[in-house]
Amino acid sequence: MNEVVLVNLPFIVVALLLAVGFYTIGFKRNLIKIVIGVEILEGAVNLFLIALGYVKGAYAPIYTMAPPQAENNMVLPTPQALTLTSIVIGVAVSALMLAFAVNIYRHYGTLDVIKIRRLRG
Amino acid sequence: MTTVIIKTTTKYLAALILTFGAYIIVHGHLTPGGGFQGGAVFASGLALLIVACEGDVIRERFKKVPLSALESVGALGFLGMATLGFMGYTFFRNVIANSGFPLFGEPTPLGINPGYLNTGGTLPYMNIFVGTKVLAGLTSIILVFYLLLEVRENE
Amino acid sequence: MRRALGLFAFIGFTLFLIAAAMSLRPFGEPVHTEMDHYFITHAQEEASANNVVTSIVFDYRGFDTLGEATVLFTAVAGVLMALRRRGVKV
Repeated sequence: MNEVVLVNLPFIVVALLLAVGFYTIGFKRNLIKIVIGVEILEGAVNLFLIALGYVKGAYAPIYTMAPPQAENNMVLPTPQALTLTSIVIGVAVSALMLAFAVNIYRHYGTLDVIKIRRLRG
Repeated sequence: MTTVIIKTTTKYLAALILTFGAYIIVHGHLTPGGGFQGGAVFASGLALLIVACEGDVIRERFKKVPLSALESVGALGFLGMATLGFMGYTFFRNVIANSGFPLFGEPTPLGINPGYLNTGGTLPYMNIFVGTKVLAGLTSIILVFYLLLEVRENE
Repeated sequence: MRRALGLFAFIGFTLFLIAAAMSLRPFGEPVHTEMDHYFITHAQEEASANNVVTSIVFDYRGFDTLGEATVLFTAVAGVLMALRRRGVKV
């Protein structure tokens, strides 16, 4: 049991980060805090992708000035490329969400989700 | 928001951050980094410059910088570099690599090597175009939010 | 009452997540590595870049990057549309 926890520690950190993100989205009422929760979820997914691609004792997939034992002993590069895509899209989407939060605050005068639902129109 | 600390730090750090961003973009095919990361670093340096100045100065200086045009140029250049592959091959084919083209066209040595800047084919061009696009996009987002703050204060 | 019920479901979901994380394959031993091994051994002669991640992003998976650039463009256009009022000009 203890050994499994130690070996799979990155995946357990991912699970805890997912739990924090879902809690923030589900139980907080401020729109800015919900955006922060989405960002935490995105960080958890990125960490999961990177952790899936790790090979024990391997080197970074770059040939420039690599140590000689790095030949044919490299970390999987595809999850890193996918994570790069995901990070850029996350930045763009968070900027869009914050812009809509600003617009909602201008229109309703509050950021509370429940009050916004009552003040419809 | 503008204090003496931010102004002094910006005076010494902004040039270094901008140079580092350009280095990451241009060396994207040799060292860790690339267009997206280098563009983000460059945009953060520009964000430091934006925060350190007053609103009127910012508005006057950025009136001459065509940020939207830079973003469009980045996107169209990326697409154009991809379309170059139709010269005998398929979309996104790296046609410039190993062809002896004077800029970024030298052949790449196989295996572990010290890294030569003049290799890589279309990849450095795509890095530069994507870096331009990302830095223009992120800077315009930051600029819009900052100018919005100024507008709210004036009302 | 609804909040307590939601909290109960959330705790169950978290326990399920942690159990799933512990039953994954051990960290550092990925299963299907044929594609990545091909990329590592052939990236230098096919894409002619020392950085394997860059050659994947811009050469092997170029369409992915094209879509990503489109998403970034659309998001920036959306932000400028949502906030461009009251004399703010970029």
